[in-house]
Amino acid sequence: MKRKTHPALIAFTVLTFFFLLGPLVVILGSALSDTPFLTFPPQGLTLHWFQNIFEISAFTRTMGTSFMLAVGGTALSMLIGIPAAYALARYRVELPSFLGNVFVLPILIPEIVLGFSLMKSLASGLGTPIMATLLVGHALLVLPYCVRVVGASLNSFDFSIEEAAVSLGCPRWRAFFTVVLPNIRAGIIAGFILAFITSLNDVSISIFLTGPGVSTLPIQLLAHMEQFFDPTIAAVSVLLMGVTVAVMAVVERTLGLTFLTK
Amino acid sequence: MTVSLSLENITAHYGTVKVLEDLSLHIAEGELVSLLGSSGCGKTTTLRLVAGFLEPTAGTIKLGDRDLTRLPAHARNIGLVFQTYALFPHLTVRENVGFGLKQRGVAAAERATRVNAMIERVGLGELADRHPANLSGGQRQRVALARALVIDPPLLMFDEPLSNLDAKLRVDMRVEIRRLQQANGTTALYVTHDQEEAFSISDRVAIMNAGRIMQLDRPEVLYSNPANAFVANFVGFENMIEMRAVAEAGDAVRAEIKGGGTIDLPKSQFTVPAQEFLFATRADGLQVAATGQGIACTLGLRTYIGRAYQYHCDTPAGQLVANGPLAHPFESGANAVLVPQPEQCCLLPKEA
Ligand SMILES: Nc1ncnc2c1ncn2[C@@H]1O[C@H](COP(=O)(O)OP(=O)(O)OP(=O)(O)O)[C@@H](O)[C@H]1O
Ligand SMILES: [Mg+2]
Repeated sequence: MKRKTHPALIAFTVLTFFFLLGPLVVILGSALSDTPFLTFPPQGLTLHWFQNIFEISAFTRTMGTSFMLAVGGTALSMLIGIPAAYALARYRVELPSFLGNVFVLPILIPEIVLGFSLMKSLASGLGTPIMATLLVGHALLVLPYCVRVVGASLNSFDFSIEEAAVSLGCPRWRAFFTVVLPNIRAGIIAGFILAFITSLNDVSISIFLTGPGVSTLPIQLLAHMEQFFDPTIAAVSVLLMGVTVAVMAVVERTLGLTFLTK
Repeated sequence: MTVSLSLENITAHYGTVKVLEDLSLHIAEGELVSLLGSSGCGKTTTLRLVAGFLEPTAGTIKLGDRDLTRLPAHARNIGLVFQTYALFPHLTVRENVGFGLKQRGVAAAERATRVNAMIERVGLGELADRHPANLSGGQRQRVALARALVIDPPLLMFDEPLSNLDAKLRVDMRVEIRRLQQANGTTALYVTHDQEEAFSISDRVAIMNAGRIMQLDRPEVLYSNPANAFVANFVGFENMIEMRAVAEAGDAVRAEIKGGGTIDLPKSQFTVPAQEFLFATRADGLQVAATGQGIACTLGLRTYIGRAYQYHCDTPAGQLVANGPLAHPFESGANAVLVPQPEQCCLLPKEA
C-alpha cells in the first residue's frame, strides 16, 4: 500500500529545493556561458572562464593563501580548542559555567566587529604582520566550531575509560593520546571540516585584515567584481562550492555524513 | 603476590564538603572486604582514594609496606573494575586485555601468551577479536575483569561491578569474581549496595554511613550480632524497642518498656549493655503465643511468608512485627503475647 503524501507537502519540498539549489544552478550556468558578461541561461558553453581563473595570478596566489589560512587557522584553533573542550567536559562540575560560553563568543559577536577590533589591536596597534593577523583572526573565527563539536563528543565520553587506562599504568598525559583522542576522533574531524569550510569562505573578518600584497580568494573575488563583471566570478564561486562538496564527499565516504548532524 | 591494604585515619573532602571522616580500614593479605552502604555514604570515594584519583586531606594509605598516599595513580599497580565496565571502545577484546601489559613494556610474545590465557580463563576465547560494542553486558564485565587481572595486581578493587547486569547473571558473576580472587589469592576491596552480594562473597564487610564505618566484621557476625542500631536496622532488624533496666528480679533483669509494661530478661540469656538500651530483633525473634512471658499485644494484619505467619502487632511500644506458628493461626484483633527468642535478639546500647 502506498502512503499518500499531501500535495502541499510536495509543493513545499519542491520549493525548498528550488530556492536552495536554484542559485547554485544559475551560478554554474553563468560560469559556463560563452559571453564576456554574466548571464543566465548560458549562451554557448565554454570552460574558458575556469581556465581564466588560473591565468589571473591574483586568483592563484590568493587561492594558496586561503588554503593555507584555512588549514593553519583551523589547526591553530584545534590546538586551543581540543584542550579547552577537554577541560570543560572533564571538570564540568568544578569549573564556573560561564567559561563554556566564552568560547562561543566569536559566533555571538558580529564578525565585522571582530574583524575591526583585530585590525585595530593587532595590525595597527602591535604592527603584527598581515599573514599572522589573518591566521589569528581565522583561528578565532572557527574556535567556536572546534570547541563545540569536539565538546559534543567529549560530553558523551565516559571519563572512567581514561581512569581505567591510568589504573592500568598509563600516565594521564599519555592516556589522553591513547584513549581519549581515538574516541573523539569523529568529533575532531567534523569540527575540522566545519572550521575549514567556514575559514575558506570567510569575508567579513578577512576584509579588515588583508592588506597590501596579501589577500584571500573571497576578498580577491570581491575586488575583481568591482572592475570586471565577467563569468570568472561565477567560475571562482563554482570552484569554492566544488571544494566544499568534495570535502563533504570525502567525509561521506570515510565516516558517513550522519555523524556531522549527530 | 599478596599484600595487605591499610587505610589509616583517612579524611577526604570534595571542595569544602567533608565526605569521609577519620576512616580506618585494614584488609589482610588475600582477604576480600566489601564496603556496603546506601547511596552517597562514601564507598566510591574510598575506592578512588586508594586508586589515586583523589587525594585525602589527612591520613595514610599503605599497600603492604609501600606508602601509596602521594603516589600518582598510574604507578599504584591496582586492578580496577568499574560499574560502567569502562572498556576501551576503539580496541578489541584482546587489545583491551593487553593494555596494561603493553603499558608495562611486556614483550609482544609474552603479552600474547598471557592475554590469551586470561581470555580463555574468563571464557571469552571466541570473542577475542570483537570490539566491546558487540558484546553483551556480562561479556563486557568479563573483559573488564580479565583486563584488571592480567596485570597480576596485588590489589583488586570493584565499584558496583554487577549493578548493570540482570539478577541471574549477577549471581553467576559474583561467584566467578570470588573464585578468581581466591584462586589468585589477591587482596580485594569490593563496593556494593547490595547486602546479599556483599555477604555472600566477602570475608568481611564494612557497613558504612555518612563517611564512617559503622561496623566491620564477618557477614555472619553482622547478620546476627549488629553492634549498633544503624547496623541492626541495615541488616533487617525490624523491631527496635527502647527499654530501661529498672530492677533485679531474681536471676533476671526487669526492664521497663518505653510506652508501657515491663519484661523480665533472664541473665543467662541476655546481657544488658547499659541502663538505657535498645532491644532489637527481626520478626523471627518475637514468637506470637497465647500466653507467656513477653510483650502484651493486639494482633493486626496477618500475612503468610511460607515458613510462618507474620503478624503486625500493636503494642504499647508501637507497631512490631512478629512470627507465629503455622499450626496455630491467630485471628486479627486477638490479644496475644510476643515472646522474645534470646538467640535472635540483640541488646544494643542506646545512642546519644
Ligand atoms: N565530584 C564530586 N564533587 C562533589 N561532591 C561529590 C563528588 N562526588 C561525590 N560527591 C559527594 O560525596 C559523597 C560520597 O559520594 P560517593 O560517590 O563516594 O558515594 P557512594 O557511596 O559511592 O554512593 P553510590 O552508592 O550512589 O555510588 C556524596 O554525598 C556525593 O554527593
Ligand atoms: Mg558509588
